Amino acid sequence: MSAHTRIVEIRTKILKQNDVAARALRERFESAGVFTVSFVSSPGSGKTMLLEKTLVALREQYRVAALVGDLATDNDARRLARSEVPVRQITTGTVCHLEAEMVRTALDDWSLEELDFLFIENVGNLVCPASYDLGEAMRVVVFSVTEGEDKPLKYPTIFNTADVAVITKADLAAAVDFDAAEALKNIEAVRPGMQVLTVSAKRGEGMIEWLRLLSDRRREARPAPDKLAACPTEAELRSP
Amino acid sequence: MHELSIACSIIDLAAEESQQRGGVAVRAVHVRLGQLSGVVKSALLSAFELAQEDSPLAAARLLIEESPIVIHCAACDADTTLDWPREFESVPSFACAQCGVPTSDIRSGRELEVTALEIDT
Repeated sequence: MSAHTRIVEIRTKILKQNDVAARALRERFESAGVFTVSFVSSPGSGKTMLLEKTLVALREQYRVAALVGDLATDNDARRLARSEVPVRQITTGTVCHLEAEMVRTALDDWSLEELDFLFIENVGNLVCPASYDLGEAMRVVVFSVTEGEDKPLKYPTIFNTADVAVITKADLAAAVDFDAAEALKNIEAVRPGMQVLTVSAKRGEGMIEWLRLLSDRRREARPAPDKLAACPTEAELRSP
Repeated sequence: MHELSIACSIIDLAAEESQQRGGVAVRAVHVRLGQLSGVVKSALLSAFELAQEDSPLAAARLLIEESPIVIHCAACDADTTLDWPREFESVPSFACAQCGVPTSDIRSGRELEVTALEIDT
């Protein structure tokens, strides 16, 4: 520093714009009573398959919708549209992650009050999405048995920002000699206490536990009281 | 590689501060980067060089201070500073140095902030 310069302290978060947008989204989700779950994973982990099966299973009892992020194509949105719930693609172009503002824009004309669950599938990337809050109530990190037990050790930051881990493609575990105990140990090392589920979305193993976790977490988050009054109970929804 | 968009945000933020002070020249930007911030120091430095060209901060230096991960153990009422993720040889563990029990109570390490600017007087 020369004699002609001085230091001014400013202490400002670099991603404050995203943080502000995420906070506004979180408030919107909470007041609308919609439980928002985001998925982060590497490409090819099976999160679209997991999401598709989840949407189909939940739509019987809940009003669900999804946003899916990719650099290009609307393949995932078209694939998820088969689940017959509202799905919208966010195409990020060259951006390697979703940001809160992209979510806000994508939701512009959606009435969140009419939803119980909103799923946000991030761009397949285990690095960059870690830094961006999307206003979600729960972040799920997804990784498949074919990716190896040491995934959590290689990408500790993203595991550390997640609330729940889902290990997918359990039906392939034997074929790739997946060591489940080692995987759990590695998750515990970088994110102590995180709940971990193992599923095969294709075959259905573990899906009941996963769906139960979603409905439990949603209940714990307590939707807005006026919404509880307006919504039919789960029992009412089940009976014809 | 989101370091480029982080670098652009740093430049926008510093340029805005400079504008508020009557457009004073910014000589350096001080940034604190937590080891759990998800941003890599070397990548951010090169991204900044790229992003600062033709910007109001074309002549500014980027000074990065890395902050370690600090976890807190409620039982011991003690903080542990983790030497990680630089030591790739060791298995990282969010465990208390005193009792060895893992904890997710992170007190420091997620910082991603501009702490100060060096400006012309």
